[in-house]
Amino acid sequence: MKRLKKIAEAIAERVLMVSGFITSLVIVLIVLFLFREGAGLFGKPDVEEGYVLAVNRKNPVEKLSPRQIMEIFDGEITDWKQVGGAEEGIVVFRLNDITDYATEEELGPELDSIPQCLSRILSENSGMIAYVPKQYAADGFTGKRLAEGKITPRSFFGGREWYPTAQPSPQFGVVPLIMGTLWVSLGAILIALPFGLAVAIYMAELAGERIRRALKPAVELLAGIPSVVYGFFGLVVVVPLIQRGFGLPVGETGLAGSLILAVMALPTIITVAEDAIRNTPRAMKESSLALGATHWQTIRRVVLPYSVSGITAAAVLGIGRAIGETMAVLMVTGNAAVIPHTLLEPMRTIPATIAAELGEAPSGGAHYEALFLLGCILFVLTLAVSLSVEFISARRPKQTI
Amino acid sequence: MKRIAIALAALAAVTAPASAQKLKGSDTLLPLVQKESENYAKARQGADITVTGGGSGVGISALMEGTADIAMASRKMKFDEKLKLQHAGKAPVEVTVAYDALAVVVNPTNRVTELTREELEGIFTGKITNWKQLGGDDLKIVVYSRETSSGTYEFFKESVLKNKNYMASILSMPATGAIIQSVSQTKGAIGYVGLAYLNKNVKAVHVSYDGGKSYVAPSFENARNKTYPIVRPLYFYYVKDREKGVRPFVDYMLSSEGQGTVRQIGYIPVK
Repeated sequence: MKRLKKIAEAIAERVLMVSGFITSLVIVLIVLFLFREGAGLFGKPDVEEGYVLAVNRKNPVEKLSPRQIMEIFDGEITDWKQVGGAEEGIVVFRLNDITDYATEEELGPELDSIPQCLSRILSENSGMIAYVPKQYAADGFTGKRLAEGKITPRSFFGGREWYPTAQPSPQFGVVPLIMGTLWVSLGAILIALPFGLAVAIYMAELAGERIRRALKPAVELLAGIPSVVYGFFGLVVVVPLIQRGFGLPVGETGLAGSLILAVMALPTIITVAEDAIRNTPRAMKESSLALGATHWQTIRRVVLPYSVSGITAAAVLGIGRAIGETMAVLMVTGNAAVIPHTLLEPMRTIPATIAAELGEAPSGGAHYEALFLLGCILFVLTLAVSLSVEFISARRPKQTI
Repeated sequence: MKRIAIALAALAAVTAPASAQKLKGSDTLLPLVQKESENYAKARQGADITVTGGGSGVGISALMEGTADIAMASRKMKFDEKLKLQHAGKAPVEVTVAYDALAVVVNPTNRVTELTREELEGIFTGKITNWKQLGGDDLKIVVYSRETSSGTYEFFKESVLKNKNYMASILSMPATGAIIQSVSQTKGAIGYVGLAYLNKNVKAVHVSYDGGKSYVAPSFENARNKTYPIVRPLYFYYVKDREKGVRPFVDYMLSSEGQGTVRQIGYIPVK
């Protein structure tokens, strides 16, 4: 019997150890996967994969930047002179336009004489830039292929434009997305932290037992509401309020996102902070009161310093929730990928971008990898937040009470 | 136990018909085709049709891999997709099963009622920023769009913007309902939605594709007689060699009963 017990204990220990080990391993693997999927982005061609840009043989232009390519295909740049060429109008050609330049007979019944047609069309139109699949610009191609650029870390982390589906040259600049995420989360935590702390202190120290019993389930109920419901509420109620209150042309702003996120982060902050505050030993509070300190002085000088690590934990969990939240933010912030200057502008956050775009990004393509890289950035952001909080609370001198 | 297994096997043998079909593709077509397949299965005992979404591109690549019998698409098959199918020896057949019209909507308080395609292009690419420039009040234009993953986004870009990119500061909403909601509560707003979603909380503008000579209201009738310009066909694609298996369902879609369902769901019948 005794031996059986021992064996059972040993098994229980092993199970605990293995589950702990597996959990850590899974987390490490997820992070590795994230970075592996994302890292492939750099070194990819900056024109959509499998396609090339070609111009007339006599055209002096050798290379175009992704930005110039986009502006040419958007009709912003209309003359070769603007990109260092001769003075000549630019004619944009996509493969789907081929039927405007060549007849069905010329293309052949099996569409196999496309390369010849392309060569002819390009040589006849001296100002043309063609965006065509690589295999049509291979052997015997008489046009000039433009040199290929690569997506670099600099263009990704320093880029100010996010146009992932632009053809032929998608723009992956994450600055507006990072700024949007930071603005919205910072706003949320600035609103939620004072409120959350106030409620936590009230519930732990000041409220009577009956009020506390009513308040606690109410706060916990807040945590149980699905985020889509918050988003819908935000879109229908908060957004028009902000629009009217500030006299803005548009109500979908970072502030709407911050407010909704603040409400969503409140339950976490309140619950964790309240637990921490209530954990202050009774003896400590009583000795403070016995020394003649008022209730308020006791809270400020004894209870709060004692529970500061719990309160920072509450703040970190709250920030974590704010940075990672997707659905509610997707519905209320307007998702415009521009660099924000105030909280009263539409913004696009990283989680909202991933959620909205991953479904349609072709797996393994540049867009897909860029989204994974965004996930990595999000991971680094949250890691930085928790590390810095650890650092700050570790540096705090030990309270001598 | 054994008996149950035998019974199950027999049941499976009975219900697994020769005409099991898989349809995959556009989310725009999904609700319509689901309804159609239900009605079809009700009328014919044993017809087994599976319909899944995922997007037009997903459907077409499934057709290529042979994991779908019919690809549903809310856009025409792209040139390079057609090429890939040709090279794989699977000549695609295109059937238009319904039409969908897109309406451009503004806030009901907006005085502007008519816009040309060029003006729309200016608005959505960010060249025109104030309603004053279009004869309306001095009000900033707030432009709403669908997310990049939507077929509606692609079609609007192709038809109205002539393949130019939307401006960066466009507000992208996750769903059509959200666009209606936002346009109804934002004074300077403009957005685009499927005809079936129009309601009295938003105002649909009349659109001209001939430089302002004639403006056409987005209505069921105008879309049907092709005077309204922002209409897209919705397609079925199947491989020519497998025509025999898929044709009955396609014919059912095109029959008067099938087209009645099209009308009922809010799309425009082919005939």
